[in-house]
Amino acid sequence: MRAFATNKMQTKRTIFRNRWLPYLLLAPQLAVTLVFFLWPAGQAVWQSFLREDAFGLKTTFVGLANYTRLFDSPEYLNALRVTLVFSVSTAALALLSALLLALALDRTIRTTRLYTTLLVWPYAVAPAVAGVLWWFMFNPTIGILPYLLEGLGYDWNHALNKGDAMALVIIAASWKQISYNFLFFVAGLQSIPASLREAAAIDGAGPVKRFFTITLPLLSPTTFFLLVVTVVYTMFDTFPVIDATTGGGPAQGTTILVYKVYDDGFIGLNLGSSAAQSVILMGIVIVLTVIQFRYVERRVTY
Amino acid sequence: MIKTLSTSVLALCATLGAAQAQTDINWWHAMGGELGAKLDEIVAAYNASQSDYRVIPTYKGSYAETMTAAIAAFRAGEQPDIVQVFEVGTGTMMAAKGAVYPVYQLMADMGEDFDPEGFLPAVVGYYTDTDGNMLSMPFNSSTPILYYNKDVFAKAGLDAETAPKTWGDVEAFSRKIMETGAAPCGFTTGWISWVQLENFSAWHNQPIGTLENGFGGLDTELTVNGPAQVKHWENLAKWQKDGTFQYGGPGGGADSAPKFYAQECAMYMNSSASRAGVIANAKDFEVGYGMLPYYDDVEGAPQNSIIGGATLWVLQGKPEEDYKGVADFFTYLSSAEVQADWHQFSGYLPITEAAYELGKEQGYYEANPGSDVAIKQITLNAPTANSKGLRFGNYVQIRAIIDEEFQRLLSGEVDAQGALDSLVKRGNDMIRDFQGANG
Repeated sequence: MRAFATNKMQTKRTIFRNRWLPYLLLAPQLAVTLVFFLWPAGQAVWQSFLREDAFGLKTTFVGLANYTRLFDSPEYLNALRVTLVFSVSTAALALLSALLLALALDRTIRTTRLYTTLLVWPYAVAPAVAGVLWWFMFNPTIGILPYLLEGLGYDWNHALNKGDAMALVIIAASWKQISYNFLFFVAGLQSIPASLREAAAIDGAGPVKRFFTITLPLLSPTTFFLLVVTVVYTMFDTFPVIDATTGGGPAQGTTILVYKVYDDGFIGLNLGSSAAQSVILMGIVIVLTVIQFRYVERRVTY
Repeated sequence: MIKTLSTSVLALCATLGAAQAQTDINWWHAMGGELGAKLDEIVAAYNASQSDYRVIPTYKGSYAETMTAAIAAFRAGEQPDIVQVFEVGTGTMMAAKGAVYPVYQLMADMGEDFDPEGFLPAVVGYYTDTDGNMLSMPFNSSTPILYYNKDVFAKAGLDAETAPKTWGDVEAFSRKIMETGAAPCGFTTGWISWVQLENFSAWHNQPIGTLENGFGGLDTELTVNGPAQVKHWENLAKWQKDGTFQYGGPGGGADSAPKFYAQECAMYMNSSASRAGVIANAKDFEVGYGMLPYYDDVEGAPQNSIIGGATLWVLQGKPEEDYKGVADFFTYLSSAEVQADWHQFSGYLPITEAAYELGKEQGYYEANPGSDVAIKQITLNAPTANSKGLRFGNYVQIRAIIDEEFQRLLSGEVDAQGALDSLVKRGNDMIRDFQGANG
């Protein structure tokens, strides 16, 4: 009996005898993180304290000067404001349209599959291609939509009108994300037991009341997950859409933070400022993630 | 069988041997489409003409992308021998003393026969240092000119053979064109920054910046908010409002060319290198050519226009053998035959006197009316301190600022004086940044 126990313990121990094995098994993942995330992120942090010419021939350590200059610069504050408007509007549009489409689909009995396929298609379009598509449709000279809008008495010109330009990038950016959100909403809706809604219906609750008291609360984990994903998408993955449609213009009317990082770093070759902006963006992602895991996720009804 | 095999092995060895003896010269460029194909053709002819060097051209995307790629490669020690850099990158390249191998020095070090006097002053002036030394090799330089639709002019009752000379003409012609319904818009333009501000200033002999437009040092400041420029921008805003002028967008003004091709706008200002594209796209009408318009009440106008385009910069850190090849290749590239061919094909300026003379001898300009407007305009008068070109650090960003301020002007956010004042202030901040990083 005792021997058996010892034996058992020994077997247990043998599993962990080599204390390096877990590290070895983790090594590939750690190496990837180190090489593709920590190393470049560390370089960005270091670069953000330097002032350097484009070729890297003269380097001066300037401390936090790159950061203080950013917050004194009207262009950067403008980019912050533009990002806020763009992210909130795009997230709202992408989530609401996706929810409406998912609800509509949930009510159809036949041809569900066809609708799903059609609605998921835009997700497979590369962001740059999506941008070019919208650019064509909204082009003030050759586009079809400005032509139609002119018939309605609206003079569309996103090359000069900041509002038009913002509307264009919001539509183009949400169009791509609606498919993704739609898929998750459909799955979320299907996982809500029909018995709950039926019971409420028997109790006399109308469709609107059923939606707000049953469907929406039960959908909140999905909604919250999609909110975070969409906000991250609007802040980081929309670069190709903006680059292909407005190029950040007119007069920086659609220059979001990530576009400014590119503009200052790759076009302007001001690496110090560009690095400082990347570090701030990294900070924003970290804050968003912390909020997601520590704070809001607990309040969501599961 | 064995004999054939051994012969082919021998042949293979011989080719390999030859290939190894050749020195590869890497050339990164930004010439896409037709121009890229022509460039490849020129390089192939060079490679076939000798066996010591093999030039490998690589298309790296837009000008900005090419320059960024070369700089990143330099920082990683993987730079090409030659990189094509657009004129607004000149300030950045010139300040990078340890990174570039000045062309005059390269040619002297390699014992290559090289005569800077043979180049057009209006072209090389842009790329020489204060001591008159040529730092980079001109390759594709152009200057903006005016294109007009002869058919629309005739329909409006104007003389189809007379291009507008002054801005007053442009306004009057446009009015007539719009009133008679010959076209819905008078004129459009590419490159607001390059055409309607930089060239506008040079053409009217107005300074773009202090210290000879920045040629005199990094301590320069922009001065484009003078009365002539303010008046012109005020007019552009006014004309945009009444439809005389249609804006073609920032940067190169991608929307302007379609407006001209579709006969929506009767006149169009853009690079002389757009000529081939204009001819190819103007299917239903005849194109006329003219010099840029000027205000006849501005003293000193018309002066001469300035160039745009790109030059070839040689980067440091390569073996001596490479530089021998580069020098040899540059001699080939600036030969009259190659230059005349490239100029006539593309509409870029002939960069040497010899290439221009050769074109004249060949009767090219007589056979192709309008093809010499650019060179006549750029050599109209001996360049002054105001019309030699411009040299400012961080100029890529300043170009973007010019576009932004122009957009603010057109959207009614500010008036012309306000836009140009703000442009000068923001531009000067950029120049100070550059001075700080490079001074």
